[in-house]
Amino acid sequence: MILAGIGAGLAVIGAGIGIGRIGSSAMDAMARQPEIASKIQTAMIIAAALIEGSALFAIVVALIA
Amino acid sequence: MSVKKIVLLLLMVFPFIGNAAGDQSEDVEFNPTELINSHIGDSHEFHVFDWGGKSYSIPLPVILWTDSGLVCFSSSEFHHDNSGQHIVEKDGQKFVRDSEIIYYADKYASMSEDEKGAFNFEARPLNFSITKQVFSMIMSVIVLLLLFTAMARSYKKNKMAPKGLAGFLEPIVLFVRNEVAIPNIGEKKYAKYMPYLLTVFFFIWINNLIGLIPFFPFSANLTGNIYFTFVMAFITFVITIFSGNKAYWGHILTPPVPKWLYPIMIPVEIVGMFTKPFALMVRLFANITAGHIIILSLVSLIFIFKSVAISPVSGLFVLFMSVLEMLVAALQAYVFTLLSALFIGQAVEEHAEH
Repeated sequence: MILAGIGAGLAVIGAGIGIGRIGSSAMDAMARQPEIASKIQTAMIIAAALIEGSALFAIVVALIA
Repeated sequence: MSVKKIVLLLLMVFPFIGNAAGDQSEDVEFNPTELINSHIGDSHEFHVFDWGGKSYSIPLPVILWTDSGLVCFSSSEFHHDNSGQHIVEKDGQKFVRDSEIIYYADKYASMSEDEKGAFNFEARPLNFSITKQVFSMIMSVIVLLLLFTAMARSYKKNKMAPKGLAGFLEPIVLFVRNEVAIPNIGEKKYAKYMPYLLTVFFFIWINNLIGLIPFFPFSANLTGNIYFTFVMAFITFVITIFSGNKAYWGHILTPPVPKWLYPIMIPVEIVGMFTKPFALMVRLFANITAGHIIILSLVSLIFIFKSVAISPVSGLFVLFMSVLEMLVAALQAYVFTLLSALFIGQAVEEHAEH
């Protein structure tokens, strides 16, 4: 039970780092070129959702265990 | 109204008449795991509310395909028993229900603890019941049918710019066409797949939203049911397989690498063919279920701490999480549609010169 929680926590660390980096490079890009900010935002949301997906794989495995 | 309509309406309402069954529950310790599991899982009854310590729920029809034909009865015959004690006898066959799974009574009596489960196929009849989630699915199908047929009709009547319902839905439909279908599938072939992509998008979105509404008749968590997302991903998979052209299968079976790498590349490509829909399935299931678990846990905090002071804090958190879940509802529908369009696009892509 406790190890399942630890596993889920570790997975979320990875997701947090990944999405943080996406957000940071998205902000950099939007600062460089404000006119395509909405395209960048769309791409950022999609990438964040995909990374969230893989973090949730780990949560599902933790739930099953 | 015509006689036929009245009769049909009464038939729909008939199973639900007179079924507010009370529950003899003592004062038990609050168990958050049980509460959460009962909310995100499926159920043969539709829990409406609790009043005075008893739970009132609408029993839904149980439809079983047994070895000797179809057996139908109302789930009120189980008398709220969910642990395999009460035996229901119909047509000479006996059934019990344990954790919302219906078994044959004689086979259940001789089952050990680890044999119990949804996958024990000899001990279970085929269960085609209208459960809480099937009911919710039928409801969302009816809503979608009504919305979109009304929208299509309004185009026939009104030749000018659309107003009202069509005016509200048209930008979304155009969004799916211009941002999802055409960039991924291409100008020439996207039209064939638009019905499927639109259906997937709106169906998943509306089911996600319905799951977020906490009261009857909306609270069923359909997209958090892994069997449902499995079927959605499977349909995308089947469409990809059947629209694969020669270039697609060429890339899978004869990837453009040196021949000595084939024993590695071909199994990798074939497994990759299956992992993509698998990821679709798990992504949608896990996102929606995780969101529901978080919201329910935050609400359970009030009951765990047994203090009214927690409720404004918990209420604010729940509000925040619910707004986030509304974003996730639309986002997951969009991501599912986008990835389906991407996979279909990969399958129908013309051979690009390397």
